Amino acid sequence: MSTMTINLKVWRQKNASTPGKLVDYRVEGVSEHMSFLEMFDHLNEQLMKKGEEPVEFDHDCREGICGSCNMVIDGQAHGPQKGTAACQLHMRHYKNEDTITVEPWRATAFPMIRDLVVDRSAFDRIQAAGGYISVNTGAAPDAHAVPVSKEDSDIAFDYAACIGCGACVAACPNASASLFTGAKVAQFARLPQGQVERERRVVRMVEQMEKEGFGDCSNYAECEAVCPMEISIQSIAEMRREYMKAIT
Amino acid sequence: MSTKSNLNIETSPLLESKVPQGPLGDKWSSHKNNVKLVNPNNKRKYKVIVVGTGLAGASAAASLAELGYNVDTFTILDSPRRAHSIAAQGGINAAKNYKNDGDSVYRLFYDTIKGGDYRAREANVYRLAEVSNAIIDQCVAQGVPFAREYGGLLDNRSFGGAQLSRTFYARGQTGQQLLLGAYSAMMKNVDHGNITMHNRQEMLELVVIDGKAKGIITRNLANGAIERHSADAVLLCTGGYGNVFYLSTNAKNCNVTAAWRCYKKGAMFANPSFTQIHPTCIPVSGDYQSKLTLMSESLRNDGRVWVPKKKGDNRKPSEIPDEERYYFLEERYPSFGNLVPRDVASRNAKDVCDKGHGVGASGLAVYLDFRDSIKRYGRDKISERYGNLFDMYEKITDENPYETPMRIFPAVHYTMGGLWVDYNLQTTVPGLYALGEANFSDHGANRLGASALMQGLADGYFVIPYTVGDYLANEKSAAVDTSHVEFEKAEQEAVKRIDKLLKSKGNKTVLDYHRELGKIMWDKVGMSRSEAGLNEAIRDIKALREDFWNNVFVPGEQSTCNKYLEYANRVSDFLELGELMARDALDRNESCGGHFREEYQTPEGEAQRDDVNYCHVSAWDFPGDPDSEPVRYKEPLEFENVKLTQRSYK
Repeated sequence: MSTMTINLKVWRQKNASTPGKLVDYRVEGVSEHMSFLEMFDHLNEQLMKKGEEPVEFDHDCREGICGSCNMVIDGQAHGPQKGTAACQLHMRHYKNEDTITVEPWRATAFPMIRDLVVDRSAFDRIQAAGGYISVNTGAAPDAHAVPVSKEDSDIAFDYAACIGCGACVAACPNASASLFTGAKVAQFARLPQGQVERERRVVRMVEQMEKEGFGDCSNYAECEAVCPMEISIQSIAEMRREYMKAIT
Repeated sequence: MSTKSNLNIETSPLLESKVPQGPLGDKWSSHKNNVKLVNPNNKRKYKVIVVGTGLAGASAAASLAELGYNVDTFTILDSPRRAHSIAAQGGINAAKNYKNDGDSVYRLFYDTIKGGDYRAREANVYRLAEVSNAIIDQCVAQGVPFAREYGGLLDNRSFGGAQLSRTFYARGQTGQQLLLGAYSAMMKNVDHGNITMHNRQEMLELVVIDGKAKGIITRNLANGAIERHSADAVLLCTGGYGNVFYLSTNAKNCNVTAAWRCYKKGAMFANPSFTQIHPTCIPVSGDYQSKLTLMSESLRNDGRVWVPKKKGDNRKPSEIPDEERYYFLEERYPSFGNLVPRDVASRNAKDVCDKGHGVGASGLAVYLDFRDSIKRYGRDKISERYGNLFDMYEKITDENPYETPMRIFPAVHYTMGGLWVDYNLQTTVPGLYALGEANFSDHGANRLGASALMQGLADGYFVIPYTVGDYLANEKSAAVDTSHVEFEKAEQEAVKRIDKLLKSKGNKTVLDYHRELGKIMWDKVGMSRSEAGLNEAIRDIKALREDFWNNVFVPGEQSTCNKYLEYANRVSDFLELGELMARDALDRNESCGGHFREEYQTPEGEAQRDDVNYCHVSAWDFPGDPDSEPVRYKEPLEFENVKLTQRSYK
């Protein structure tokens, strides 16, 4: 099996208070079947064999569902393949001697930790600001007590599929978290279970989003273009409609 | 009838199962009626630490916080929502009988006990089946978008080892949706101030004071800070240890460290060798490979498993006519067909590959073919059921499963073994509980599909809120001061180990060792085990462990984000666990479920149990240092309600 050599420009930054820079690496022996993250494993092995410090990057499930991985690849969050997280991007989409630039998510609300690792806890705080249906354990009625139309359920699922990776923020010129927040608001607004807290929820989540330092949405739709779960920008429209209804 | 195992065994008074008296169906309700309660006003005086925020941890944290306890949660990931429960695909079982196909709590119990090859505790499994329905209710109320029919009611599908449709699902992302439900319940309590989250924090030591779990030592993974946290009880919800095999379907950060450090503080480890090898995973394609990807068992509802009849047949699958295909599961197991349990499907796939019928470049794969289902239901219906799985398969392999059959092979997926717990989910260290995959309790020697999600949520939502209260009611709520000498000692242990790792600037990387360990485990402690192989494994792992501490390279420093330091620390524990798994497999001179000893098989090659000598849980006690031999105790398993038979799916 023939292998490739890839030229990487990777963002290295020791911590938030030290300036970072792009560093060049030449990675040899890259197989076309490697995932993008496996290429980074491979780079790190080469670095450590030379006694150098490996590149830090977040990753976990490596099957596109946990939302841990976060790399801006040649200017695109998660790279060139549509509907695909970086961990599911494979090197067969590149050719020998390609040069690839890899940077972290950049947003005020996502402070730098190290290299490609950033702090996305702002998303947890948005979720804690009402991104739930209040039902205590044991207090639920029978699952069939409230039928939900298949259409509503399917649409709610499309929104619920968000993996919370933050690519939407990284791609947005305003660093807005509207797609993330909108998806959760729209999921619950679709379901009968979500009705009681519907207005309070959208107001609190939107306000929290602003408090965290995310920008506003100006309909660039970059978020939808990079979302690995292909969540529709329709969710932002729903969030706005919900918000307007709630405050008027 | 009653089948008592041999009583002439090395029992330990610590291994008292505490199963309540009375008929099977009444045990849990009578137990709930008898547990001690903590007054609502007093609950806030107690603090409970929950380590791990997957289905078990998040549901436990939310439920306990709702009751009024102060809860501190810990996860190694940057958010609780990323726990590996998120990756479960197929579904969750419940005995709702919405399909009117004759399901009942008893049938779910029976299938689970039988599926586990009679190596689980009856009362625990019955309770699991009993609370299964409430889980579905809870999740629907949280807004989990389960698949529905046009009438607005919930849809079901079938999973292996059952002849009923009792699996609820949310496309191929059931784990994600259930975890996001539990996470939202958790975040509600964060919002209310009852839960304090500690993300990117790894538990390194358990603190035991006067024989009771009173806290943990953690490392902040963003800045290296070592922290002390005290509590009145500690819940370990840290998942399984499949990554000891290096390649598995587990997420890269899944590890045994928290559980292993508890083992070293007195929590016995039960049935460590019971590992589930899942039959339908994408095969290994090269040395660089970092993990294996599961293709959900639900695919076996509509996919047919086959290999070419002719050995080494290189034709494209579409060019092989039906009469030249060996549908080995359908032929060997006509009544369950492609839906035999996982251990049976995996062993048969290995068998046909060993005999030279395997496909793909390595010959270590079989086909999972959707041609007939696509013909029957149309491509759209198949896409609706499994679209995301088909897409994932294509991204990884560059082949389109609508057009050509998937190639699949067994891979390590789940560990039935774990910390020993009693009926209350308490380990042998009072005040330390283990929930979900981290404990050993419900799946015996083989877990059925769609039962892991059920167990994680059963433990967290519906069991622990009762049983931890029973313990705390007897405990004075005087939170221990973290300046206590035991905290000091535990912290020193953690710091010493990290220092030792960081000083190690050898010439092999952590990955080199992990891969090597994985190879030993897969070859000798994997799908097929023998006395000779297991003895070799014990010897090889010991040697590898010694080499690790002399020659591993650990980069960087303590005071920053340093993932290879984390990794080295976890692999150092896997190097101890692997040996215990081999010892356990060697000690169990029978085959049962996923534990297949070559010496013990029926003439047809099925697992041959030995109920006279091995109808027990093996619980291992740490000997004080990792190079000494651990002590094996037994908890006899008593079956009062089911008859132990040779498991048959023919």
